[in-house]
Amino acid sequence: MLNPRTDLPHDRDSHGRFLPWIIAFVVFLASLALAGMLFLDSLAAGWERGVSATLSVQIPASGNEADDDRRTNAALIALRTAPGVVRADLVPAERIAALLEPWLGPATAAGELPLPRLIDVEIVGDADVAELARPLQARVPEATVDDHRVWLDRLVGLVRAVELLAGAILALMSAATVGTVVFATRTGLAVHQDVIEVLHLIGAQDVYIARQFARRALAHAVRGAAAGLGLAVPTLGAIVYLAMRLEPELLPELSLSPARWSTFLVVPLAAAAIAAVTARLTVTRSLARMP
Amino acid sequence: MPHEANGRVIEFENVGLRYGLGPEVLQDVTFSLAAGSFHFLVGPSGAGKSSLLRLMYLALKPSRGLITLFGRDIATTPRRALPALRRRIGVVFQDFRLLSHLSAFDNVALPLRVGGNREDDVRKHVIELLSWVGLKDHVGARPPTLSGGQQQRVAIARAVIGRPRLLLADEPTGNIDDKMAFRLMHLFEELNKLGTTVVIATHNEALVERVGHGCLRLDRGRFAVDAGDQGVSDTRAARPAGGNRDRLYPSNAGDAA
Ligand SMILES: Nc1ncnc2c1ncn2[C@@H]1O[C@H](COP(=O)(O)OP(=O)(O)OP(=O)(O)O)[C@@H](O)[C@H]1O
Ligand SMILES: [Mg+2]
Repeated sequence: MLNPRTDLPHDRDSHGRFLPWIIAFVVFLASLALAGMLFLDSLAAGWERGVSATLSVQIPASGNEADDDRRTNAALIALRTAPGVVRADLVPAERIAALLEPWLGPATAAGELPLPRLIDVEIVGDADVAELARPLQARVPEATVDDHRVWLDRLVGLVRAVELLAGAILALMSAATVGTVVFATRTGLAVHQDVIEVLHLIGAQDVYIARQFARRALAHAVRGAAAGLGLAVPTLGAIVYLAMRLEPELLPELSLSPARWSTFLVVPLAAAAIAAVTARLTVTRSLARMP
Repeated sequence: MPHEANGRVIEFENVGLRYGLGPEVLQDVTFSLAAGSFHFLVGPSGAGKSSLLRLMYLALKPSRGLITLFGRDIATTPRRALPALRRRIGVVFQDFRLLSHLSAFDNVALPLRVGGNREDDVRKHVIELLSWVGLKDHVGARPPTLSGGQQQRVAIARAVIGRPRLLLADEPTGNIDDKMAFRLMHLFEELNKLGTTVVIATHNEALVERVGHGCLRLDRGRFAVDAGDQGVSDTRAARPAGGNRDRLYPSNAGDAA
């Protein structure tokens, strides 16, 4: 496969040299782009699963404990009877204190600061939050509803946009590969004009000649793609290693399933296939214009 | 497969050829060759022998006139049908046109590979033929490392390996000693006996006389057929002088030999 039998001269000069390098570079970058895309995709999916069906209700501290208790109970009742609510639970004061401690210091734990009450609400996936919150707002006007989906949607939207960008980069890479192969093949056709003429006079069909160029482009591309992937794998490994040391919480997102890892093989295979098909089409098209 | 119309492998009718905007190097060439005939094509240097052969092996299109090959009008034959026609023609080019990066073996194998033959068949036939032309020890040699005569034999082997229906050879004995020349002539005659039509362009009048066969003569682009040539018809001679076709090209009217 790396040294196919061919009737064309070996050309270490022009395209034989630069094509594998460009393919290696493209495969390397495309692998990184694909890795980023897969990572963001699983990250966004995880978020969507984890948070999409929850919201929190906050009842600000009024300074009067009894007042706060009454409002909280009214809010819980209003929420639990509202359509679309699966569960509504008061977040224990200790947990709120624990959440706030890093910012406010141990004073909160000692109960020296008035803490707001938090209600953790789980709703059905497609519930209308405004509709659901109406009875709550009527009974406890002070309560504020924090719909996680609003900021989550924005974040997911951002992630999706970055994913689109990565996809666009992959598309550009493919286009660059096609352009390079077309150029290299045209050059090869011009350089080997005399050989091609002899092949024609001997009775070679255009596809016979095209196949030789395609085989050679494939050999160049396989060589380059292997190098590109060989470079991308340790690079990705290093990135994952560093990310896990700095942000261990990312661990579950980074450990992609084997099926997802295997998509990386698609990059070099696609590059090789694109090179071979492009070379073949370029030759048949150019030759068809010859007399 | 196209059939050789009325036993004619190739027919030229009032064919003219010019390179670019230059003068006509072939003028009003009209003849046809019977299937299985054997001819020499003679004429002084620059007469147009190579040009005539180029038209016959479809490397060039005529500037005017009609060429029918294996019963097909070349002008109306689509491009994709030409390779099949060319595969039925074996050519020994005057400058050999061997592929210098390929071994003698691979050069001779080309027509078989192009024709889609199996590699072990290719191997057997190529070795056999290279041995026959005395190049058994040079199978792996690249043409630039071979002598002129050896290259010529590689070129001849490549031309005949595919058992062509029409063999066109341009000075095939130019670089070869007389003994090898007659050996190769014998090869051409053997092929001819199997039904291949042979046309050999040569300066070597001695060879022509010793081997026999008819002669097509070219002189400054004009064509003539020797009285002794059997398989060729100068179709123009059969037409009344001053017929339609001659009037189309008045500059040549009445020039029939
Ligand atoms: N590629 C070309 N471009 C322009 N003119 C050409 C070309 N090839 C041949 N000619 C001209 O056509 C004429 C006939 O040339 P050709 O090669 O057919 O002669 P020939 O009979 O084969 O000569 P020789 O016996 O020396 O091989 C010559 O005047 C030559 O200059
Ligand atoms: Mg000549």
